[in-house]
Amino acid sequence: MTLAHDLPDAATAVPAVDEDPAACRFRVHRSTMTSDRIYRRELERIFAHSWLYVGHESEVRNPGDYVRRPVGGRPVFMVRGAKSGQVHVFHNTCTHRGAVVCRKDAGNAKVFSCFYHAWTFDSEGRLIGVPDREAYGAGRDFSTLGLKSVARVASYRGFVFASFDADIVDLETYLAGAREYLDLVIDAADGEMEIIKGTNQYCINANWKLLVENSIDGYHAVSTHDTYFKYLLSLGTDLSTGVSGSATDLGNGHAVIEYQAPWGRPVAKWEPLFGEQAKKEIERLRQQLIARHGEERGRRIADTNRNLLIYPNLVVNDIMAVTVRTFMPLAPDRMDITAWEMAPRDELPQLRQRRLDSFLTFLGPGGFATPDDIEALESCQQGFSSGGVQWNDISRGMGRASQANDEKQMRAFWRRWQEQVGATVEEDER
Amino acid sequence: MTATIGSALDLATLRRDQVEDFLFHEAALLDDWDLDEWLALFTPDASYVIPCNDDPDGDPDRDLVLVDDNMLRLSARVERLNSRRAHREYPHSRTNHQVSNVRLSPPDGDELAVTAQFTVWRFRNGRATNYVGRYHYRLVVVDGLLRIRAKRVVLDMTTLRPAGDMAIIL
Repeated sequence: MTLAHDLPDAATAVPAVDEDPAACRFRVHRSTMTSDRIYRRELERIFAHSWLYVGHESEVRNPGDYVRRPVGGRPVFMVRGAKSGQVHVFHNTCTHRGAVVCRKDAGNAKVFSCFYHAWTFDSEGRLIGVPDREAYGAGRDFSTLGLKSVARVASYRGFVFASFDADIVDLETYLAGAREYLDLVIDAADGEMEIIKGTNQYCINANWKLLVENSIDGYHAVSTHDTYFKYLLSLGTDLSTGVSGSATDLGNGHAVIEYQAPWGRPVAKWEPLFGEQAKKEIERLRQQLIARHGEERGRRIADTNRNLLIYPNLVVNDIMAVTVRTFMPLAPDRMDITAWEMAPRDELPQLRQRRLDSFLTFLGPGGFATPDDIEALESCQQGFSSGGVQWNDISRGMGRASQANDEKQMRAFWRRWQEQVGATVEEDER
Repeated sequence: MTATIGSALDLATLRRDQVEDFLFHEAALLDDWDLDEWLALFTPDASYVIPCNDDPDGDPDRDLVLVDDNMLRLSARVERLNSRRAHREYPHSRTNHQVSNVRLSPPDGDELAVTAQFTVWRFRNGRATNYVGRYHYRLVVVDGLLRIRAKRVVLDMTTLRPAGDMAIIL
């Protein structure tokens, strides 16, 4: 296996992301997927300096509601302050001597009490209880010993992000062109969107960037997911439209493919899977969207699918259902994935049922498609270790206006990745 | 075939060993990848449900679950797994479904609620994983034979990560 090197200025080193527009060639060295050194560099340069998805405000709707989860590999928790109503994201560690203060994955709490020495914090993070406080000298200032917030916390239309980098640009600037596409997903609801209860927490023995590519890959759909399309066909879906649309570089490493596909969309494109009785209801939703947003935008929200990558590790796929998915590497060849389903909060129970149904036909570790993606990613990772071939080819569509089954969106990710990581390979490893 | 040949079963007098024979038979069909025979154990109105690890009481009409199959989708799942195009399960894993601690509730109408503990081992590509949890069955007797009207699989693992995915049938 080849190793990437730390010295970008070495005379013989070339970038691990290699672009040659004249030759319509874009390739990525496979050491980016296998090297431990690159993995460590990603943690330092990407995950410590990006806005990372924490969760959705609907998960902590009421004062004192909290969820606990790792973000960027670090255990943190998100809580809605009882007094302020603000959503906080705290490092999950007691300011005294370190024990975690939030010890359940979700719940509601007035206070977070460290069981070790019983230091107690309120839902705004303030230290409100220290047993035997008189044992401390009179000058000891406890006001600075509240729970430590992650350096930056911000939310965009209910999506809560945090960054460990105090100097990072503000969230809206960071999101750049991705905001427009998040808006399209969120505006499918008349009111708020919410995360549905139940979490997919699975893992893949493959490099995390393989899931970045896969999540926005239109090219693999027909070949990899043959059994899913057969299932749709058996229900009476017309597959002749295929998958057609375009890919867009949204800036800062974000990218999207937007396209028409044969499957139905709960908001708001009817297909046989939803049943005859749903036709009227879905048409009504569709007309409402057009009334609210105008013909063009209304139809875009209703009809088109969006696979949106928010750099580095958030995917919002608005397809046969809406999935919000984040993932984190544990090693060069292993990642944890956490995925949720998002839906309009005020959705009618019947429509919600059909949405859940539509999700499960394709998505999730027990669906008819996701397991085969998992197999594809692990298969790539195994293939890399075979050696002999050093570069992945990501050139598809370079010679034409980009289509949804091209690879322009992946190139947008890789350019930003290379900017941050600066990975190189030695000449003899090419 | 099932272990019940020779005597038609009656829900009211059903013994635990008869239910165990049925569940062990079901496990053997899964381990043998005889999925068509396995599917035939279900009634036409059957459901096969696996809630998410963090929501063991999850209601598939309201919550996100891992699997929520009616007979249509269960048949499609079997057809998929029997094909060579379910890539995650081609070639198939070797599995070992172990069923124990079988407990029967008193019959309720035409149904019998049964719970059992399970460990399912899965071996593929040099990797071993396992699933641990409890089965919740609702069984009925059809033409003297036990059949499954509902199978709900509640996982004990706090997340699915140790097992990776849910591409096999539990």
